[in-house]
Parts: sequence; structure tokens; C-alpha cells
Amino acid sequence: MNRLLRDPAFLVLPLALFLLVFYLLPVVQMLLRSTGADWSFRPFVDAFSSEVTLKVFWLTARIAVIVTVLTLALAYPLAYFIATTGERTAMVLLALVLVPFWTSILIRSYAWMVLLGQNGVVNGFLRWTGVIDAPVRMLNTTFAVYVGMVHVLLPFMVLPILSSLKAIDGRLVAAAENLGAGPGAVFRHVIVPLSMPGVLAGSVLVFVLSLGFYITPALVGGPSDMTVSMLIAGEVDLYRWDVASAIATALLIVTLVTLALFGRVVSLERIFGGAR
Amino acid sequence: MNRRNIRVSGPLTQAVLGAVALLVAAFLILPVLIIVPVSFTADSFLSFPPPGFSTQWYARVFSRADWLNSAWLSIWIAVVVTVVSTVLGTLGALGLVRGRFIGQRLLLAFIMSPLIVPGVIVAIAIYFFYARLKFVGSPLAIAVAHTTLAVPFVVVNVSAALHGFDRRLEMAAANLGAGRFATFFHVTLPIIRPGIAAGALFAFISSFDELIVAMFIAGPTQVTLPLRMWESMKSSLDPSIAAVSVLAIAISVALFLSSALLQRRARRRSGAASGDPQ
Repeated sequence: MNRLLRDPAFLVLPLALFLLVFYLLPVVQMLLRSTGADWSFRPFVDAFSSEVTLKVFWLTARIAVIVTVLTLALAYPLAYFIATTGERTAMVLLALVLVPFWTSILIRSYAWMVLLGQNGVVNGFLRWTGVIDAPVRMLNTTFAVYVGMVHVLLPFMVLPILSSLKAIDGRLVAAAENLGAGPGAVFRHVIVPLSMPGVLAGSVLVFVLSLGFYITPALVGGPSDMTVSMLIAGEVDLYRWDVASAIATALLIVTLVTLALFGRVVSLERIFGGAR
Repeated sequence: MNRRNIRVSGPLTQAVLGAVALLVAAFLILPVLIIVPVSFTADSFLSFPPPGFSTQWYARVFSRADWLNSAWLSIWIAVVVTVVSTVLGTLGALGLVRGRFIGQRLLLAFIMSPLIVPGVIVAIAIYFFYARLKFVGSPLAIAVAHTTLAVPFVVVNVSAALHGFDRRLEMAAANLGAGRFATFFHVTLPIIRPGIAAGALFAFISSFDELIVAMFIAGPTQVTLPLRMWESMKSSLDPSIAAVSVLAIAISVALFLSSALLQRRARRRSGAASGDPQ
């Protein structure tokens, strides 16, 4: 018995018990609530017989796909430059990625409200340069949702791509060059394939996190820019807890299925941990 | 490893790439920086460029009891969260890295899941659960919920410190007659301390900035700082939110810089401890 207690595995017990009571149990209760009192799955029927629910799921998925593609297009050049430039420039650029990463989503969304408003910085600049005469409506539009979400999620794409680029063995590039490959060919046939793990990890992460977005679309989006998370919060406000649970369960299933299909590539340690 | 090794382009392409990278980096940092001049505006509403310099919004924030109460509440909650999640998370990381048991990978995924599961799902699950226990609206309730969300940061950072750790140092201590606790407190703990500290800082920031869970389970008298900011943002673009944001960013950046230093030290220390010239 004494030997059994010496097993370091027991050290995880307090944390496991804490999460069991204050995290797993609430989530399981929510899942059970969504099945209805008599396992009739009535809340699901109520939630998904509504046009609105289906439309919001579709809109959220579309936002998630577009944000993922935009984020990838912006993150790859930045990550590649950081990986190939001098030590000092790389450190400065990395800091520029990490400072917004540790600034709260709420504050960054507020910054976009300040930037994109009718009297905001962007409108002021465009009018000053004479590109436009009257302020353009940018805040409370779908455009603002894309801009704000890409801004918030960009570091989640840059960091995994950078870490897989840094892991590439430079001798492979030298070998390809010695065998007569030009810069374009080396990039396409060596660098891009070898950075794929990072691209996949970043894309899965950004896609999954986009699916659950709430604060940014609620602050900078227009009335038609509703995400699944906003819908769930709205149902809770209307005291329709069973319906809210059903929609939340559906969102959780979509999230977990995405992660189960592609999640092997995601290493949270790399992003949030000391591996930097 | 030579960083230049994977560069394939000529100087011209590299210059274009550098320009693109700079634009993306500017897109990341400028929106955060723009709040600073806005917070010092002499105007009574948001305008850019600000017509004049004034610290009126900072003075207003520090003279308003509601903002100050919210700030103290958020700090108090974040301190409790940091202490509890650092203890639970450090022990948990030790168990996960050192122990071997069935379902280990699943347990790790479960512990890390709050980083990925949409915040609203966690928030309403906890809200329904607390509502049944009549636990809604107390600062302790918020702290308990925030601990769930903060613990993964501690587990990740302490695990990273433990992975780069030479176990022979502990064996040496044991051979020299140190007991299990003496070994832990005199050998293991000092080496992983930077990892623990980095995890604790992330835990603090994650609680201090948390909005969604607080939105559901905070009562009308327990308004955390992010919650008060959220509510005033929805009603107006009052520049005092900019002043509060600048103060919050300053705290985050200060903590972030100390964590970056700590992580560097952790790497150096574990590298030195394992005889790995890094």
C-alpha cells in the first residue's frame, strides 16, 4: 500500500478530482439536460426545427473557414520571414506577435471599434488622403468581424508554422540546391511539404477556435452576424436552458469531431508552453 | 542550427517578403498601440487624431468607485486562481510526467480541453450547475470556474520544465541520503521553479482577462473588470474604457515580459541541469 502511494501518478489526483467536480460534472449535466427529461431529445428537435439555428450554424462555419484561410495567407509569409531573417529582427517580430497574443480579446475588439467607427482612425485617414469623401460604414459589418477575428487568431497560426519551419534541417535545402533545384522548386518541394505539420496544426486550431467565437463578433459585427455562441447566450437569456444546452451540445460535438479527425497535429504545448 | 539555412530566395524576394511580414506585424501591433493616444484625448468623446493631450480619463477612472471596485475584485479573484491553479497544476504535471497509468493521454487531453472548448459552452454548463447549488454571484464561484480555465497553462509550463530535467540529479540527492521530500524541495523544485512561475503568470492573466464565464455567473454586485468594460463598450465608446485598457495592457505586457524571461531562464537551467549545451 505504501509503495502504491509512492507512485507519482497519485499527484495528479487532486487536480483530477477538482476538474471532475467543477468541470466534467457541469458539462455532463448540460449534456443530459439537452436530451430532455425522458430521453426524447425534445430540446434538439426544438432547437434544430428553427430556421435561425440552422442558419447560424451555417454562418458560423462559413466565418470559420474564411477566417482560417485569411489567417493562413497572412501568417505563412510572416512565419517564413521570421524563420529566415537575422536573430535580432526575428526576436522583434516575434515580440510583435506575442504582445497582442497576451492582450485580452475584449481589449483588441475594442481597438477595432475605435479603428473602424464612423469617426474612427481608418475613416479619418481615408478622408484625409482624399480616397473617400464621406465616412464609410465599417463597424458593425461582417467585414469588421473578419478583420477582428483574423487579428485575434493570427498568433495561433504564426506560432505552429514558425515552430515547424524552424525544425527543418537546412541540409535538405542545400541538398536540393546542389541537385539543381531553383529557389521556387526548393520552396515548393522541400519547405512547403516540411512545414505542413505546422500549417495543419495552425489551421485546425484557428478553425476550432473560430467556431466558438463570441466577444469579437458581438462587439464589431452587425445585427445579422450571429455566431453559434451568441445564439446560445441569447437562449440562456430567454430562460430556454434546455434549447441552449442542445445547441451547445451540437457545437461541442462539431468541435470534438473536428479535433478527433485532425487534432493529432495540434500541440498546445508548443503554443502555450515553454517550447518557444 | 543555422537559421539562414532554409532561406532560398535572393535578396530581392527576401526584401519583398520582409515588407509583407512587416505589414502583417503592423496589422497585429498597431490596433493595440492605437488605444494609447486615444486614452490621452482632451476631447469628451472618441476622436482621432486626439485634439489635445489630457489625463482626464485616467483621473476619472481613478475617481470612480465602480471601476476601482471592479479592478480590486478582478485582482483578488486572479490571485486566488493563481495560487490554487499553481498548486493543483504543478502536482498534476508531476503526476502526468513522472507517473505511468492507464488513460494518461485521455486525462491530459481532458485537463487541456478548456483551452479549446468554446468558452460559452463551459460558461453555461458551470452557470446551470452553480444555479442548482445556489452558488451564483459569489467571487469564490468565479474563482473556482476560472481555476478550471487557468490550470492548463500551469500544467503545460511545468510539464515543459520537467521534460528537460535530468533525473540523475534526484538520484544523486537520494544516494547522498536525502529523503523524498528533501529531494523534492532542494533539487526538483528549484530547477522547475521558472516553469512554475511562468505557468502562474499565465494563470493570473487568463483569470484577470476572463469575460465569458464571469458574464454568466457574476451577480449584479460582483462585476469583474472585463465585465464592466464589456458593459460600457456596448453602451458607449467613452474614452475611459481606453484608459482602463491601457492600464490592463500595461499589466499584461509586464507579466508577459517577466514570463518570457522566466521561460528563457527555465530553458537555460534545464539545459544546464541535463548537461545539454543549448
